[in-house]
Amino acid sequence: MRSALVRVARSVRWYVRELTDESAYERYVAHVRKDHPQAEVPSRREFERMRTDRQEEDPRQGFRCC
Amino acid sequence: MRTANVRTIVIWTLVALIGATGWAVLALARGEDVSAAWMVAAALGSYAIGYRFYAKFIANRVLKVDGTRATPAERLDNGIDFHPTDRRVLLGHHFAAIAGAGPLVGPVLAAQMGYLPGTIWIIAGVIFAGAVQDMVVLFFSTRRDGRSLGQMAREEIGPFGGAAALVAAFAIMIILLGVLALVVVNALAASPWGTFSIAMTIPIALLMGFYLRVLRPGRVAEVSLIGVALLLLALVAGRWVAESSWADAFTLAPSTLVIWLVAYGFIASILPVWMLLAPRDYLSTFMKIGTIALLALGVVIALPTLKMDAVTDFASRGDGPVFAGSLFPFVFITIACGALSGFHSLISSGTTPKMIQKETQVRMIGYGSMLMESSVAIMALVAASIIDPGLYFAMNAPAGVIGTTVDNASQVVSSWGYHISPADLAQAAKNVEESTLLSRTGGAPTLAVGVSEIFSKVTGGSLRAFWYHFAIMFEALFILTALDAGTRVGRFMLQDTLGNVIRPFKNVSWKPGLVITSGIVCALWGYFLWVGVHEPLGGINQLFPIFGISNQLLAAVALAVCTTLLVKSGRLKWAWITAVPLAWDATVTLTASYQKVFSSDPKVGFFKQRSVFQDAIDAGKVLPPAKNMDDMHTVVTNSTVDGILSAVLAVLIIVVIADALRVCVRHVRRPALSTLSESPYVESRITAPAGLIPTREEKEEARHAVGAGTSG
Repeated sequence: MRSALVRVARSVRWYVRELTDESAYERYVAHVRKDHPQAEVPSRREFERMRTDRQEEDPRQGFRCC
Repeated sequence: MRTANVRTIVIWTLVALIGATGWAVLALARGEDVSAAWMVAAALGSYAIGYRFYAKFIANRVLKVDGTRATPAERLDNGIDFHPTDRRVLLGHHFAAIAGAGPLVGPVLAAQMGYLPGTIWIIAGVIFAGAVQDMVVLFFSTRRDGRSLGQMAREEIGPFGGAAALVAAFAIMIILLGVLALVVVNALAASPWGTFSIAMTIPIALLMGFYLRVLRPGRVAEVSLIGVALLLLALVAGRWVAESSWADAFTLAPSTLVIWLVAYGFIASILPVWMLLAPRDYLSTFMKIGTIALLALGVVIALPTLKMDAVTDFASRGDGPVFAGSLFPFVFITIACGALSGFHSLISSGTTPKMIQKETQVRMIGYGSMLMESSVAIMALVAASIIDPGLYFAMNAPAGVIGTTVDNASQVVSSWGYHISPADLAQAAKNVEESTLLSRTGGAPTLAVGVSEIFSKVTGGSLRAFWYHFAIMFEALFILTALDAGTRVGRFMLQDTLGNVIRPFKNVSWKPGLVITSGIVCALWGYFLWVGVHEPLGGINQLFPIFGISNQLLAAVALAVCTTLLVKSGRLKWAWITAVPLAWDATVTLTASYQKVFSSDPKVGFFKQRSVFQDAIDAGKVLPPAKNMDDMHTVVTNSTVDGILSAVLAVLIIVVIADALRVCVRHVRRPALSTLSESPYVESRITAPAGLIPTREEKEEARHAVGAGTSG
């Protein structure tokens, strides 16, 4: 019973983090370590800035509908 | 040939029976009270069958989705915009991106024809047109590294059709922003509670933006929780403000709100994304998903009774006060987003295809999300149909028709056959703590009254006013976000186009260019907003049909691109799956455009309207609902602009369809002449289920993949 609750809580947490893109940094770090082992890993602050700057340059990213 | 097992047959027969019973009750009930449960049953039963059979047929037989083919997310994975995303997460992303104010507003306005025509089109339209468009665009864009609809039109149809599609998309964006802003103005005018709580969303968003940029970068979930808590506080505080001496400061006239909104749109769109847009987007997404979930729950728990007629007399007479014109084609135009939305093709090409793990998931993401959107439209229709029809018409008819007093409104509405006493009209406004509910056009206030009715059935009547303003806030919140984001997209298109003539504009970060193009875009939609607010004939009445037409025309572009691609990729035999919806959509929209331009009924045809009012001016007369000569001149100017706009949009779309047809015919005659810019096949190395629940084979496959990964 307890373990089932923990499992549900965990999957809810996972879903919320994925849906809000809170996990984007970890995903990016994993990607850089795996595919470009030589490259430097940005700090979370740098990464989040880079992400919003990209949206700045092309506002069609993340556009929502009517 | 695979044979279905007994259990499957029994289950699907039951689903079919539930859906069919829902339809039968809705269609046959006359004069007696019908529960909204039947509408829900008809919708869910039909969606399930559409998803299980038609969508599966399209995915497997027509598109021939290939699970072994690597998607752009896998091939071009850069950890940011291209990355394979879990299907359940992507379903959430895609749904949050396509769901907006449209499916909530359109069905509410369409309820003037009764609930039955709207229900039929929302359900049939989504199964055969809307969801098909979303899925097919998603599929073809996935095969093209996530190319946008405009790029696909240019590459697959040609520069001429591509350019026409681009101009259409820009014009449509402007009209969309103007009409959405008009919905907000009508909802907030003379409402200190609503205005205060919406105004508070700006400092809340700034605070969240600062938090995410400086204090704790990337902690979206926690900052969104803080934001939503503050938002609810602002909502509660709105009532205190409305009852305090500050109320006057937040009681704004429509024309004042126009200035605030245009100023907001301009400033927000030139500020950095992190300050206002990104945090607002988190807030509105949270509120959107939360409210839609609550509404679904509320409808199912309360199971309210539909009070609107199944089909009203306005359906055949075509002289309804909410929007003019007869059932065909105007119900289809008005519902727009909930059944078939051109705008979705901009999301289905672009963002989502860069994140999809497997081609096999286009059915769940594309078709499935659109079914969810359609169910939102059904809920909006339920909300509009459970309130007293007399109140519905008093809220949605322009002030020029029903006057500004409850006595007058009651009299006019009664003359249409819907009885509501002046006292009841006043009481309805008092219940939600608004000064008046007369002529609160645009759909949002009506929806809010319906939502407060449903929610207060569950929570008790004392919270009615709170729920009303909750619903207003939830709609205004994401419309304001759309104004900011839409202005940016419009600006981007403009910068790109102007950049071909004046080089520096091409650089999207060049500040003067950015400010100028943002200013132009805001001025354009601001013009329509201004016109809508000052229109003696009612802004929503005049402009909403143009909004619907433009959205449906964009859908025609998307369906034309899909059909061309089906033909060019050797699927001519199956091209009807998008060609038939295209033919229907083109017929509906071009008929509507034609009537808007050429109809001899001054309520429907813009140019007839123009000449009637111009003749009166020449004769020195003032025609109601105009009150003076200035109003008369306003009507003449507006109907000229609206008429020309309708004609231009129609011509653009005819160009796109004709060009697409030319390419299809050429391909059929001489296939060697056509090129197909599809990305080459690369074998996929990941495994992922196609649907929400993995099948036994898919689980097996996943276990194998894990085994292979650890041993190799």
